[in-house]
Amino acid sequence: MSGGGIAQLAQALRARRVSARALAERALAAARARSDLNAFITLSEDAALAAADRADAALARGDAAPLAGIPFAHKDIFCTRGIRTTCASRMLERFVPPYDATVVERLAAAGAVAIGKANLDEFAMGSSNENSHFGPVRNPWDATRVPGGSSGGSAAAVAAGIVPFATGTDTGGSIRQPAAFCGITGLKPSYGRVSRFGMIAFASSLDCGGVLARSAEDCAHVLAAIAGHDPRDATSVAHPAEDYVAALSTTLKGIRIGVAREYFGAGVADGVAAAVRAALAECERQGARLVEVSLPHAHLAIPAYYVIAPAEASSNLARYDGVRYGHRCDDPQSLEDLYTRSRAEGFGREVRRRILVGTYALSAGYYDAYYLRAQRVRRLIADDFAAAFATVDLIAGPTTPTVAFRLGEKAADPLAMYAADVNTVAVNLAGLPALSLPAGFSEGLPVGLQLIAPAFAEARLLAAGYQLQLATDWHLRQPTGAK
Amino acid sequence: MSSSALNPQPAALGTWQAVIGLEIHAQLNTASKLFSGAATAYGAAPNRQAAALDVALPGTLPVPNRAARDKAIRFGLAIGARIAEQSIFARKNYFYPDLPKGYQISQYERPIVSDGRLPVRLDDGRVIEVAIQRAHLEEDAGKSLHDAFHAASGIDFNRAGVPLLEIVSAPVLHSAQEAVAYLRAVHTLVRWLGICDGNLQEGSFRCDANVSVRPAGSSVLGTRTEIKNVNSFRFVEKAIEYEIERQIRVLENGERVVQETRLYDAAHHRTRPLRGKEEAEDYRYFPDPDLPPIVVTAAEIEAIRATLSELPHARRRRYVETLGLPEADAAQLCADKATADYYEALCAARPGPAKPGADANPAGGREWAKLCANWVLGELAAALNAAELPIEATRVTAPALAGLLARLADGTISGRIAKEVFAAMWAGEGDAETIIAARGLAQISDDGALAAAIDAVLAEFPSQVQDYRRGNDKLLQFFVGQTMKRLRGQAHPQRLNALLREKLGSRAEGRGL
Repeated sequence: MSGGGIAQLAQALRARRVSARALAERALAAARARSDLNAFITLSEDAALAAADRADAALARGDAAPLAGIPFAHKDIFCTRGIRTTCASRMLERFVPPYDATVVERLAAAGAVAIGKANLDEFAMGSSNENSHFGPVRNPWDATRVPGGSSGGSAAAVAAGIVPFATGTDTGGSIRQPAAFCGITGLKPSYGRVSRFGMIAFASSLDCGGVLARSAEDCAHVLAAIAGHDPRDATSVAHPAEDYVAALSTTLKGIRIGVAREYFGAGVADGVAAAVRAALAECERQGARLVEVSLPHAHLAIPAYYVIAPAEASSNLARYDGVRYGHRCDDPQSLEDLYTRSRAEGFGREVRRRILVGTYALSAGYYDAYYLRAQRVRRLIADDFAAAFATVDLIAGPTTPTVAFRLGEKAADPLAMYAADVNTVAVNLAGLPALSLPAGFSEGLPVGLQLIAPAFAEARLLAAGYQLQLATDWHLRQPTGAK
Repeated sequence: MSSSALNPQPAALGTWQAVIGLEIHAQLNTASKLFSGAATAYGAAPNRQAAALDVALPGTLPVPNRAARDKAIRFGLAIGARIAEQSIFARKNYFYPDLPKGYQISQYERPIVSDGRLPVRLDDGRVIEVAIQRAHLEEDAGKSLHDAFHAASGIDFNRAGVPLLEIVSAPVLHSAQEAVAYLRAVHTLVRWLGICDGNLQEGSFRCDANVSVRPAGSSVLGTRTEIKNVNSFRFVEKAIEYEIERQIRVLENGERVVQETRLYDAAHHRTRPLRGKEEAEDYRYFPDPDLPPIVVTAAEIEAIRATLSELPHARRRRYVETLGLPEADAAQLCADKATADYYEALCAARPGPAKPGADANPAGGREWAKLCANWVLGELAAALNAAELPIEATRVTAPALAGLLARLADGTISGRIAKEVFAAMWAGEGDAETIIAARGLAQISDDGALAAAIDAVLAEFPSQVQDYRRGNDKLLQFFVGQTMKRLRGQAHPQRLNALLREKLGSRAEGRGL
């Protein structure tokens, strides 16, 4: 995609230097050429070309929507009418939704051209994209490494230059962590900012739709298209969306960035910490003020998250019972047999594990000790952020404690895998927006800088990222073989 | 609360006291479901009223129906309950094929309505106040169809997601009769408030009964059983009666009552355990993360309160205290709002006197009220019944009936004639005045005409006149009958009596005829 951002592509399309159809064909070809990455579960060529033709017609008429003709990928967790939506699960291997998710609808209305459905960890449960019924995704920077998860296919597709952006969802870091591992920019908006309608639920109080792209600027363009209240989602917020693109010009001058002591703790690799500190030093050169802050309950985020998320998941995934749609076992002998075999066969290991954990946490006699306690911790974590934001505008730290790990490295050790989410999950528990930005390299692999903002301050967040990216070129680096 | 000792009880009760609490599910009559836009109308072909949410397709989300919330508040205000400023939807998790999401959205820890009371009039005239612990919003499940397919069950999701108000009484009822009176009072109230159509056959109003017994005088609750889904008032009464007797038998045999769910078998008038429920369910309730708290402001509550009309028990009391109606009449009139409103309109529609000099005023008010009650509960109810019409579809409106009753009250026509005129009105022949005039049914109270007819009768039956004068008082009715016959029934009865006595001489007078 020749490194061009959304704005440049839109300009080229409007100048008719390139057609939407040509961009779609190129993206589809690139996706096929990089099948080694396993970034896609489904390519929707016919729908993509039809959408591209509509975009070309609108461009020719001169009434094209802002993203007209820009190709992209949807994480295969967003329902797409007439196009199978699997959630990377055997359970939904053949599920074709009769409706579009709001995010899908809004991007279509903005003229963007979806070329297919990106791979992910099954039901968005995972941090490595190894938990997919359709096989793991590979990191474009190093094929022996994971791309991160759960939006691993989205991140790999953007990093490899197949598409300029992809949608993702973030329940505990599922946009930011793969963005960091793949050297791209990932935005998790505030909870309620983007409609969850049609986004298949993992943990409803934490799930957040968002964007993976090459730059903060591109994230702003996409957020502008998908943000806003949706009457079909009772948790979507009426708070008016801002002009995220116009706000990008706000400089870092005088911006107070809180450097969270806890985010540079023992588990953080030296190379990662060094790269992040260097990026923060660059922010300081741009006029930002670095202030040390503390988030004293940060260490409780993982345990709280791994109670609340599985608890909600255990209930959200109860609908996959083999009765109405989805995987159904052969020749059930009884209702009980239908349930147990359909679910045991339809769900992968990690999903089953989380359903069991969540069921346990909600059970009589354990509810108070686990679920209620986790909710109290959640409150404390939100309070930590609120206290910090009384004195700073943004909070910063490494997105992940390490660079991308090797495929299989943590697959047998779920707790080690969960621990990798240490810097991202607290943000979901507090419902805040956060951005992961490329911040240089360690061991030859990308490092992510995470910026966190108060709820609904996406404009501030994106402007800070944009200003940093004006002064740096980490986000322009691409792995070899990128299109 | 009433003491059970005062109640007529099944003979078996003896030294035992029954303790009953009811869980009533009233389907709120909203146009669409509690969380989806699908219609709620009864009787559609299976699964024609099931939105994507109602079959729990992935990615669908519940959007609360505000009308359902407002109807719940309406009920809460009518029972003087506390309306929660913030109440919470919770998920009740269990697997069942007619439960598409694998959980039911209900309310658990913070229901929208709590701590209400409902005055309930028992058949013997006593009024008890029943404490209502809570009323919460929840969605209905679908319906399994076991006979529709060979070797498989079908599921109809039309009912899935229909809004229900679950109304939970405290365990304060002590007989099947009290329980049913309470059930009827709630039934009257929800229809009165216009929040539920109350149709038991279609399942819009269902009841589960929790029944236990304990030694009389004990304050500890016995082990209870739950009788599920009984669909008529009579069966609720029978089921509870049976269950009380069964539990007493069990306890008197030295055995223990097993906490379980039982079904009422109407064919055999007994309850039996529901199969396959041996394990205690753990529903793993937790707040539904898809739904923010239901927030109700004081202004919203006041706006709903302002739309509440006089409640059934208040109106019943007014009918007794102000209009002087007998308790039983007042209770019957207030059993549903349409009847009570008809009665109200009838009372108010009393036209002015047709003839100068007739009783213009309601010395009368109470007599008129009673006359109206008699007709609504008598002739009108019978006609509606025979035509199988609800009172809303009556063929004789309240003003039209008032026109008829006014002529009855002022003596223009007799009671018998009034019934004839009513039948003609029901048949669509016009208003009372028109029919009375067309058929020449006005009573003859003109003394000259009456005297001429009496003279003719007395002349026709001289031996009977002699007998009467010898003391056979009973013959007076014979002369009345003969004179009436001659005047085609239109003689004013009191006038006729007086004139007859006068003409027959004074012997029969003073005997209080």
